Amino acid sequence: MRLRPVGEDSLLVDLDTPEEAQAWHARILDRCGRGVPAPVRDIVPGDRTVLLYGVTDVHAMEAELSRWSVPLSAAAGGPLVEIPVRYDGADLGAVADLWGVTEDEVARIHSGTEHRVAFCGFAPGFAYMLGLGERYHVPRRSAPRTSVPAGSVALAGPYTGVYPRASPGGWQLIGTTGARLWDLEREPAALLTPGTRVRFVPEEAAPGAASAARRRPA
Amino acid sequence: MSGGTLDVVRAGALTTVQDLGRSGHAGLGVPRAGALDLPAHRLANRLVGNPADAATLETTLTGVAVRTDRSVMAAVTGAPAPVRVNGRPAAWGTAVRLPAGAVLDVGAPTSGLRSYVAVGGGIAVAPVLGSRSTDLLSGLGPAPLRDGEAVPLGEVTGPPLHADTLLWPAPPEELVLPLLLGPRDDWFTPAAMDSLVRGRYEISQHSNRIALRLEGPPLERAVQREMPSEGMVVGAVQVPPDGRPVVFLADCPTTGGYPVIGVVPESLLSPAAQAVPGLTVRFVPRRHR
Repeated sequence: MRLRPVGEDSLLVDLDTPEEAQAWHARILDRCGRGVPAPVRDIVPGDRTVLLYGVTDVHAMEAELSRWSVPLSAAAGGPLVEIPVRYDGADLGAVADLWGVTEDEVARIHSGTEHRVAFCGFAPGFAYMLGLGERYHVPRRSAPRTSVPAGSVALAGPYTGVYPRASPGGWQLIGTTGARLWDLEREPAALLTPGTRVRFVPEEAAPGAASAARRRPA
Repeated sequence: MSGGTLDVVRAGALTTVQDLGRSGHAGLGVPRAGALDLPAHRLANRLVGNPADAATLETTLTGVAVRTDRSVMAAVTGAPAPVRVNGRPAAWGTAVRLPAGAVLDVGAPTSGLRSYVAVGGGIAVAPVLGSRSTDLLSGLGPAPLRDGEAVPLGEVTGPPLHADTLLWPAPPEELVLPLLLGPRDDWFTPAAMDSLVRGRYEISQHSNRIALRLEGPPLERAVQREMPSEGMVVGAVQVPPDGRPVVFLADCPTTGGYPVIGVVPESLLSPAAQAVPGLTVRFVPRRHR
């Protein structure tokens, strides 16, 4: 673990693996949520980092964090969200070719994996989920689409993501969900927050079958 | 006194509602947003007796004109611009009384880029995640103003503060940005660090509330591999593959996949809000501690 200062009042906790970053994020959320050792405005996880953005006392925070030892098990036990998905994406065939399997097997492998939200970004409520093994990592499309529909379930690199609203995008589309990823009437507005465990549940392709996601306690 | 309404007579090139921005949601991908020139936003609010977190209008390049349906105080700060009330010249940088039905017209700035219009009671659009700010990256908050739109005003909470004098520095010939190196300065070559110190950059036409884009000597990377996405801050100087530094402003994304060579402290970033395309930018880097 390395601490890198960011500007005047922020700290980047720099780690070697996503697993370590998820463990540190969980621990930091737990401790800093209680104001230990100093209030922080925003806690922003990344792939292998946790940014403490707007720290009241950077030096106290540095001293505190450098004393911590965080086991990987600190990341266990996030809430589980089930997302209904129709595996009907425009790139499903391309992904099947890249994986060397059939389209049905893409659905089986993807829905048979427990994913975990590593971090958010790109758009409010857009979650970068890890879980697929290295042999299932895929490149971004060589030409990004100018508009990807809301609810598209997509792959890029090691990640699965779901587009909260229509936007340009270069990820490989494998499916569609009716789940509301971002809802300002809900607290939190994001369905998928960092640390959330996610299962994709295949849905039969029936009109109007898009059902709501279910959130279960940790 | 109950809140009134502002009618947008002329929305201008880009006028948005801004306050101090959104905090506490960056981990969910929600940008900060908020006034780019925070000192100007705060001053405009003080002049009309509003708290600092009341929402103001941030204009861009061509000003704005609004009509009020009640007698209310208003103040224009930020980029100096001709101010007219019902066609008559009025003062910039101080509180002016708008009679009911009056039109406040803020013209194109004589220098700088963005003027701030505070009205007694503040712009009272519904807050989203604790802020009324328009976020042009993710579309949160109210859309930019349109001609003919009506904008609600809040209740006046305090007396206006009368400033005797207001100093506005002459428009700078260059934008000097102090830079605290890191967190990824070790991803760049010594030649890049030299360019950063000696190079003159120019603000590109493609700059906006998300970022100042710069033309100038590219910053060469020592590390070629892809950088895993990490959290970004307002003021971060990110270097995309073309090597041209990008200075992140209030509407910047919360995470990014290119290395940040240094960060302009937020307290020193407000002059960037007034930097017009073509202006020269010089960085003054220093190391932490």
